[in-house]
Amino acid sequence: MPHVVISGSAWRQFTGGESEFEVAATTFRRLILELDQRFPGLGKQVEDGMAVAIDGEIYQDAYDAPLNEGSEIVLIPKIGGG
Amino acid sequence: MTFIGNKSDLKVVGTRPVRPDGVDKVTGRATFGADYTMPGMLMGRVKRSPHAHARIVSIDASKALALPGVKGVVTAADFPDIPSEEAFVGEGPMNFRDLSLNCIARGKVLYEGHAVAAVCAISDEVAAAACDLIDVTYEVLPHVIDVEAAMAPDAPLLHADMFTANVTPKPEKPSNIAKKVHFTVGDVAAGFAQADVIVEGHYSTQPVHQAYIEPHACIASAGADGQCHIISSSQGHFMIRAYVAKLLGMEMSNLKVTPAEIGGGFGGKTVVYLEPLALAMARKTGRPVKMVMTREDVFRATGPTSGAVIDVKLGATKDGIITAAQAVLKYQAGAFAGSPVQPGCMCAFAMYDLKNVDVVGYDVVSNRPKVAAYRAPGAPIASFAAESAVDDLARKLGMDPIALREKNAAKAGTKTAYGVTFAEIGYEQVLAAAKNHPHWKAPLGPNQGRGIATGFWFNIGGESSASVFINEDGSVNVVSGSPDIGGSRASMAMMAAEVLGIPVEHVRPIVADTASIGFTHVTGGSRVTYATGMATVQAAENVIEQLKTRAAMIWDIPPEAVEWKDGQAVPAGANAGGFDPLPLAAIALKAAKTGGPIGAEVSLNAQGAGPGFGAHICDVEVDKETGHVTVLRYTAVQDVGRAIHPSYVEGQIQGGAVQGIGWALNEEYVYNTKGLMDNAGFLDYRVPVASDLPMIEAVMVEVPNPRHPFGVRGVGEVPIVPPMAAVANAIRGALGIRMHALPMSPPKLRAAVDSGVG
Repeated sequence: MPHVVISGSAWRQFTGGESEFEVAATTFRRLILELDQRFPGLGKQVEDGMAVAIDGEIYQDAYDAPLNEGSEIVLIPKIGGG
Repeated sequence: MTFIGNKSDLKVVGTRPVRPDGVDKVTGRATFGADYTMPGMLMGRVKRSPHAHARIVSIDASKALALPGVKGVVTAADFPDIPSEEAFVGEGPMNFRDLSLNCIARGKVLYEGHAVAAVCAISDEVAAAACDLIDVTYEVLPHVIDVEAAMAPDAPLLHADMFTANVTPKPEKPSNIAKKVHFTVGDVAAGFAQADVIVEGHYSTQPVHQAYIEPHACIASAGADGQCHIISSSQGHFMIRAYVAKLLGMEMSNLKVTPAEIGGGFGGKTVVYLEPLALAMARKTGRPVKMVMTREDVFRATGPTSGAVIDVKLGATKDGIITAAQAVLKYQAGAFAGSPVQPGCMCAFAMYDLKNVDVVGYDVVSNRPKVAAYRAPGAPIASFAAESAVDDLARKLGMDPIALREKNAAKAGTKTAYGVTFAEIGYEQVLAAAKNHPHWKAPLGPNQGRGIATGFWFNIGGESSASVFINEDGSVNVVSGSPDIGGSRASMAMMAAEVLGIPVEHVRPIVADTASIGFTHVTGGSRVTYATGMATVQAAENVIEQLKTRAAMIWDIPPEAVEWKDGQAVPAGANAGGFDPLPLAAIALKAAKTGGPIGAEVSLNAQGAGPGFGAHICDVEVDKETGHVTVLRYTAVQDVGRAIHPSYVEGQIQGGAVQGIGWALNEEYVYNTKGLMDNAGFLDYRVPVASDLPMIEAVMVEVPNPRHPFGVRGVGEVPIVPPMAAVANAIRGALGIRMHALPMSPPKLRAAVDSGVG
């Protein structure tokens, strides 16, 4: 299963302080749904204001981003720029 | 399709053709925001707050409205009272209520220059006179300007409903600290316990403006049927449409936004200021309204980037392994929450492979204009402190500063403090290029010093649309939704030409309005060559498939028997038939007979932009009598992935370096005791000009990004990250004094020389 890491302490309020866990999901969309089921509110938070780094590559607003068995999934703030 | 592997095979990408918009821009034919006129047009002006913080008791516009030539006045009462709603439309998180209140104050003014009303009249002079006749009664409130003063428990409060987010338990009292962020990896206490050497520093930076040459400008019109049109200078006309529609309660389909040419943005034109006011007045009067900011307006009422206070601590073993890194960053957000402290925290130590990191950030409001994005938002501020500390660490260890960085360099597999494990990156290659550059070992004279600093930025992709159309004569139009700020017309045309196999001169790039192309995110975040480029390449590839099908129809053979080579359809092999190649123009000529117009539009959400790294070497000479710093030589090395048009990539690197040098040496907002800005103009707010600086040598390192067909990485953010520390480290070398506060202006240098403390 993909291994999920929550970057930064701000979003750990949804997980009771847990920062790393496994989630059975094969796409980013499924990940959001699974997160919201396990940690109510986190899925919406991820959907609205966060990006995800999958094995080092940053994805923003990408429901179809594929998650592989053993992938490192890091939830990070959305990135903008200048 | 990918083109990365064989650079020598590329015919257009990597060359330096004249930019398609170049002639218009050097001859004055290009039309910027302020150049447009419409029949019956009125001129609009903004009435701004003279106070840093005050309650609006009343607004009386009767005298202004009685002035001959005045056609209308708007105040907050003319706009919907927007509820708090977070969004990510521009270049960072945005609260629509804050955006609305920033465009026109409701109840309170929160900084000098805050808009309280707008007026439109038959001329700019009449509008200006009418502004003076609008009678606003204020109850002046205590103000706070500096970040640490704003964090104090007894500081004047800007927002009674602001409770610091992300702290447990939830605060019982409101404060000016909008949120706290915290990133941690490993155990910093254990890391410092392992250290043989520790350095610490307390740093400060001042807000600096993007200093785009063209002030904000727009023209808005409203039809009797509710169809509205805005032409404006911005980094994203779809962003303008989204924001204005939201603030005025309109359907987006009733608003078309046309992008004017833009005279610089650097992140500062990813928000709206004038457009909602101009359209509100156009709707109210039934006549087009044009608004143009003065330079003073730009300084007093638009977003600079944050000023900040930063504490940094680093520990290392005596052989140069960094065992722990810690930082606390306090960023000014201006009058509304939303400083770039979060990316600042994430970027501070991203160049290094560290086991123990702890970074805390605070987003703090004060009575200044709301900050806006500025190249690599947040990163330059954090890197000034972090890279100054790394330089101190190298000196304390007696190590070459590049060798120290090499020893701790981030690489593929490095886990960053913000949790992400890097994939393919080019930081080590950048350090190697800096070390091997002749500049690094060139001799220095008396009172001269050399500094090096490095920097990181994530880069992003995002939503883009582009289309490629073949004209009847075989020439090509490339249409995109990305305003061209840094030469993107050229890069789009070049990528399309490369894919199609035709000379770039046959490709004419166009930037289309919001009704003529699919949604496209702003030109910012160094995303356009990457994301819009990806859409352009895919559209061109789609067109090639159509061209092959059309050629097959002309030859009466199966489409699989046709190949596309050097801009022509050719039989795939001897079995396909002995046909002469069909050039693009010949196929275009028969388009009507073979199925109609040939073209394709691609809309996508590009991912995997790939991070960028840079290293800057700076030589300075310090005049100890005057405190003046002369930059003698400057070399900026950067991993650019692959340069589509090398001149414009070099231009991005040079421009970022120059803006960073200004940030380092001169630029700052000067406030008086009343909380009013004393230097709102380019005479007193000193940006570097060409005669101040040597030629910036840009060195491009190409580590292609495997996610882009040509290997592109964003290049516009990274070059502003290292300069402040590079200059500070050079001054440290020249003077033997560590300067902790920006700008390192002559008065500060003189004081440091006198006291021996920076």
